Amino acid sequence: MTAVLEVEALDAGYGPVPVLRDVAFSVPAGTVAAVLGANGAGKTTLLRTLSGLLRPTGGRIRYAGEDLRGVRVEHLVRRGLAHVPEGRGVVTELTVAENLRLGGLWRRDRADARRARDEVYALFPALADRRDHLGHQLSGGERQMLAIGRALIARPRLLLLDEPSLGLAPRVTAQIMALLRRLCDEQGLTVLLVEQNVRTALAVADQGIVMSLGRVVTAAPAARLRDDDRLRHAYLGF
Amino acid sequence: MERFWFLTFDGLAAGAVYAAFALALVLIWRAARVVNFAQGAMAVATAYVGYAVAGATGSYWLGLAAAVLSGLALGALVERVLMRFVGTAGPLNQVIVALGLVLLIQAVLGMVFGNGYRPAATPFDTDALTVGGVAALSPYDLWVLGAALAVVVLLALLFTRTPVGLRMRAAAFAPEVSRLLGVSVGRMLTLGWALAAGVGALAGMLVVPTGLGLHPHAMDLVFVVAFTAAVVGGLDSPVGAVVGGLLVGLILSYVTGYLGPDTTPLAVLVLLLAVLLVRPGGLFSAARARHV
Repeated sequence: MTAVLEVEALDAGYGPVPVLRDVAFSVPAGTVAAVLGANGAGKTTLLRTLSGLLRPTGGRIRYAGEDLRGVRVEHLVRRGLAHVPEGRGVVTELTVAENLRLGGLWRRDRADARRARDEVYALFPALADRRDHLGHQLSGGERQMLAIGRALIARPRLLLLDEPSLGLAPRVTAQIMALLRRLCDEQGLTVLLVEQNVRTALAVADQGIVMSLGRVVTAAPAARLRDDDRLRHAYLGF
Repeated sequence: MERFWFLTFDGLAAGAVYAAFALALVLIWRAARVVNFAQGAMAVATAYVGYAVAGATGSYWLGLAAAVLSGLALGALVERVLMRFVGTAGPLNQVIVALGLVLLIQAVLGMVFGNGYRPAATPFDTDALTVGGVAALSPYDLWVLGAALAVVVLLALLFTRTPVGLRMRAAAFAPEVSRLLGVSVGRMLTLGWALAAGVGALAGMLVVPTGLGLHPHAMDLVFVVAFTAAVVGGLDSPVGAVVGGLLVGLILSYVTGYLGPDTTPLAVLVLLLAVLLVRPGGLFSAARARHV
């Protein structure tokens, strides 16, 4: 299976403070990889570096076989790399419909952008009912659905998701995870998921990437991390 | 009563220009979180260009087009070569640079065109028409009112009905998310400055003939009034800028008419102070606190 994302010896940080050190892993096409680890392990920094918001200080990021160095952030979505940032992905001053329109503005294929929008409304009927509401009038779950739905309008190959379960009811989280699984299995989407909620993440993921203090301490099939007591105790603390 | 109506019409015509100028301030505030203190000076510079072209070609309309075009270019230039490289670490940095730009523009205009007042031609008659025995608006006032309202409507359409308007709003509210969605935020910022300066140039062309004429400092008081109007409306709100502009125009017209023109500058500052004391967020401020 070809890897959509390959990370080698990646270093990154904020100013003089290094956060990521020598990070390496790869994510095969059509799979879900979950990045796990405690607060401050560097999970969000990793996603921000992958989508170009943060410049790496060393190492390589290969996406679909291409080196991403020097590619501008605003061009990544055109290549099929979508990033839903933590907590504040929705532009709260815009309506639901405007947020979704924004997600497809760069697309040349206007008809398909509209079709993708209708699919999002079908996927999340709650959004269709509230399309003229402003972002800040939505509940946490609706915002998360909107942020994910808006990313899907790009018809991405790789979806970077930061803490999609944050502040959501378990039922909504389960719904979103099931959706991700389905998109991977049916449409070949590849997902890199950052999660605090380890059980939820391992239930949906194919691969678990455990980080601690800016390093990858282990990358293993999710089933092994789930079932091997020794690994689970050592790296995930339960 | 006749005088009251006259002052009301006069105030609305002046207020329409303040509204357009305040709108230009709001445009930049929303895009870059900066009050562009150089906007008055930039508008004067473009008005000089406009009237120079009008004088050379004999056509007011060509002059107006030249002023607006040079405004668009000047706004883009100021953002691209100046503001972009000023650190945004402190809100004062860009304000200081803008004030420096005021001094620079006014000095250069004085050197090139001289510091005297130059007459500015108007395309329409400035004598008030009398309607039913009441002196109301002059044809020029009607043109000013119409042009200012047209700008307001066009900007509203641009922002709410077009893809580029949606991009500009998104880039202003959430720059990082917008970049992830493929919006070139830097380009939107340049466009915001260009649009604002273009609107400012139009407002300058409209307002200069109503004063003493063209002069490097011709827009100084207009800027203060428009800034007050923008603050009255809440710096974040385009609707607020328009309502604030008309309101301030009316108030100043009554003050000038009933108390005398000497009190006008004082009245502006009193109004600004009152708004900042009573409702610092402006009349149209959202419920949430503004964090600068």
